[in-house]
Amino acid sequence: MFWRRRDEPAEAAEPAEEPAAEPAAPEVVPATMARPAREPRGMGIRARPSGFGARLRSILGGSGPATEATWDEVEEALIAADVGATTTLELVGAARERFRADCGASGEDARRALATEIRDRLARVGSGTFELGPAPSVILFVGVNGTGKTTTIAKLAHRLQADGRSLALAAADTFRAAAIEQLRIWGEQLGISVIAQRAGADPGAVAFDAVAAAESRNLDAVLVDTAGRLQNKQQLMDELAKIRRVIERRLPGQPRHVLLVLDATTGQNGLLQAEAFSREVGVTGIVLTKLDGTAKGGVALAAADRLEVPILFAGIGEEIDALAPFDPEAFVEWLFAE
Amino acid sequence: MFESLSSRLQGITARLRGKARITEADLDVALREIRLALLEADVNFKVVKDFVAHVRERAVGADLLSGVNPGQQIVKVVHDELVAVLGGERHHLQIDARPAVLMMVGLQGSGKTTSAAKLAVHLRKEGRTPMLVAADVYRPAAVDQLVQLGDQVGVEVHTRSVGTPALEVARSGYEAARQRGVDVMILDTAGRLHVDDAMMDELVRIAGAITPAETLLVVDAMTGQESVRVAEAFHARLPVTGLMLTKMDGDARGGAALSIRAATGLPVAFLGTGERIDGLEAFHPDRLAQRILGMGDILSFVERVQENVDQDQAEAAARRMMENRFTLEDFRNQLDQIKKMGPIGQLLQMVPGAGQMAGAAQAAVDSGEMKRIEAIIDSMTPAERRRPDIIKASRRRRIALGSGTSTAEVNRLLKQFTEMQRMMKMISAGKMPRAGGGLGALLGR
Repeated sequence: MFWRRRDEPAEAAEPAEEPAAEPAAPEVVPATMARPAREPRGMGIRARPSGFGARLRSILGGSGPATEATWDEVEEALIAADVGATTTLELVGAARERFRADCGASGEDARRALATEIRDRLARVGSGTFELGPAPSVILFVGVNGTGKTTTIAKLAHRLQADGRSLALAAADTFRAAAIEQLRIWGEQLGISVIAQRAGADPGAVAFDAVAAAESRNLDAVLVDTAGRLQNKQQLMDELAKIRRVIERRLPGQPRHVLLVLDATTGQNGLLQAEAFSREVGVTGIVLTKLDGTAKGGVALAAADRLEVPILFAGIGEEIDALAPFDPEAFVEWLFAE
Repeated sequence: MFESLSSRLQGITARLRGKARITEADLDVALREIRLALLEADVNFKVVKDFVAHVRERAVGADLLSGVNPGQQIVKVVHDELVAVLGGERHHLQIDARPAVLMMVGLQGSGKTTSAAKLAVHLRKEGRTPMLVAADVYRPAAVDQLVQLGDQVGVEVHTRSVGTPALEVARSGYEAARQRGVDVMILDTAGRLHVDDAMMDELVRIAGAITPAETLLVVDAMTGQESVRVAEAFHARLPVTGLMLTKMDGDARGGAALSIRAATGLPVAFLGTGERIDGLEAFHPDRLAQRILGMGDILSFVERVQENVDQDQAEAAARRMMENRFTLEDFRNQLDQIKKMGPIGQLLQMVPGAGQMAGAAQAAVDSGEMKRIEAIIDSMTPAERRRPDIIKASRRRRIALGSGTSTAEVNRLLKQFTEMQRMMKMISAGKMPRAGGGLGALLGR
């Protein structure tokens, strides 16, 4: 697995208590109801029936010679992982060149060439470590509808809290029915205050309030939730740009992070999403969600490459701690693991 | 959404069209490009393989390459294959039982809750009494979301207190629906991964307990290669009867629709188009095929108009148009009615030959042009709306101030309106109207 996972088992319902003054990782009361636990598989980590790694293995495994057919199959495997036809052709082309230059012959050599190529591409866009800046850091979450922005905010808040950071959440999704309630419930469970106005309020105003509150309370960071929006709706993209401007004007140099939340199930449209959101609000990093299904999220490779920003986190489950730092090195290992 | 795929396919086939002779090599090049276009549109790679193989087989087998006008013939083969994959007849919901249960299932974030509310509105328009049941007991505020949507549209929502298992919510919802003589119970369920056995079991138990008449798999139109695996997994465990493709107002090329249809044979029943509660279209495969062929979809357009336009008002306005008494007041009403029909870009996509106009018109709306026009008209007195010719310099200044626009903009609107009246005169005098005349001229500047 390419993500690191904390070992503690997810604790079940404890009555909500006052958040501890010294913020050790707080007990989290499950949202509404706990889902039934999933069968652990493999290395004690949840189901991840990745046909992809196994497939590449079987194509490239062993010491048999790599043929034209081998490369065709590699191409197909990458396309099946949503890497996208264009990026796949580039990747395989570059890998073949490397393979030739290294006088490769076997499938194993081909595998190494491809792995190096992918690793290089991921390394080129930055280290992928997530750091807060001088307090307060504003973190703006953007993305299309249904990628998991609100859930990701709760998970990241939980992580930062465990590191002893003081936080606030801002409910700037004032559009979707019950989005504010959803964030409020998370806030209550985590013991983090949620800055909100009424439904339908100006999201820029909510962001402004949140930044002001973060400043006056000397918080380390404020995480701003925004309404999901399809990137081809210019009006909504303008609204998002305005939210960013409001934050910037209130606190120059902020938002410190603009995180694009990308659903791993998304196909090539993910690339258009990345480009459009980056153009409007300057994406600084990608969070790839729903990696606990069967999707490989290959489009994130292309997106990171195109935007030249790192993939920072991977969403790997429903629980509050199911958000892991994305490790490019390990990701490649995982891609080719059995 | 299919437009970008179809325009790319048309581009590829256009190069074949004119050729008197097509070699195998030409065919190879074209098929490779078709393959790429389909893959970039997120059509599943296995489906693409089959598709391309079929086209090749038919092209070579029928000796099209040496026949008359081979390019044209191959274009036809490609289109026929597309239509074959999409399927012919529209899926009609089988909801005759009282109450008939309509269960919504799918991955997280695919849009089940919103779609459930949209379906309720859609069914009520068809004269049914729907009821919503909130059985997503896991996601925080999911129940709130459905309750709020239900409130917005005036549809009853059955809920239970936090901690009630989904199966129990579904059962008591069914009981409530039965007692109240509701025709359709729409069951919203929690999003889940197709590989999450425990969660899939929950759905199987619910389906076993209340026997849904229809189980709609809600799929995000932006889904990539996994769409087939997801649909197959849900289909294998549950009696899925159709698909609801959401976020179709985005710019995804919608390969998921083609892939799932080809792999599972499940019909696409509905398309979700936008965040407005009426953003739902019944899916007509044959009409979609026409849309891909660039023939427009005039039937859907007419239906949309019929559903939303106040017939009496429209007739009165038409009468006044014919009698050349059409005023800015009428025009303002028309703008309102058009808005009720949904985004104008979407509407124009359905009109044959108006596809290119759609983008420009939508841009005009998005940039606030439409709002400015409304503001200008709203800042006029009733007398001014009825007789715009009385609007002279000082009235123009007042209207510009009142609407937050400039006198130049007021002038432009008045000029365009005069032009529109002149055209109406021509039309009523029996001359042919120009497509998209009045409104197009006003919005298109």
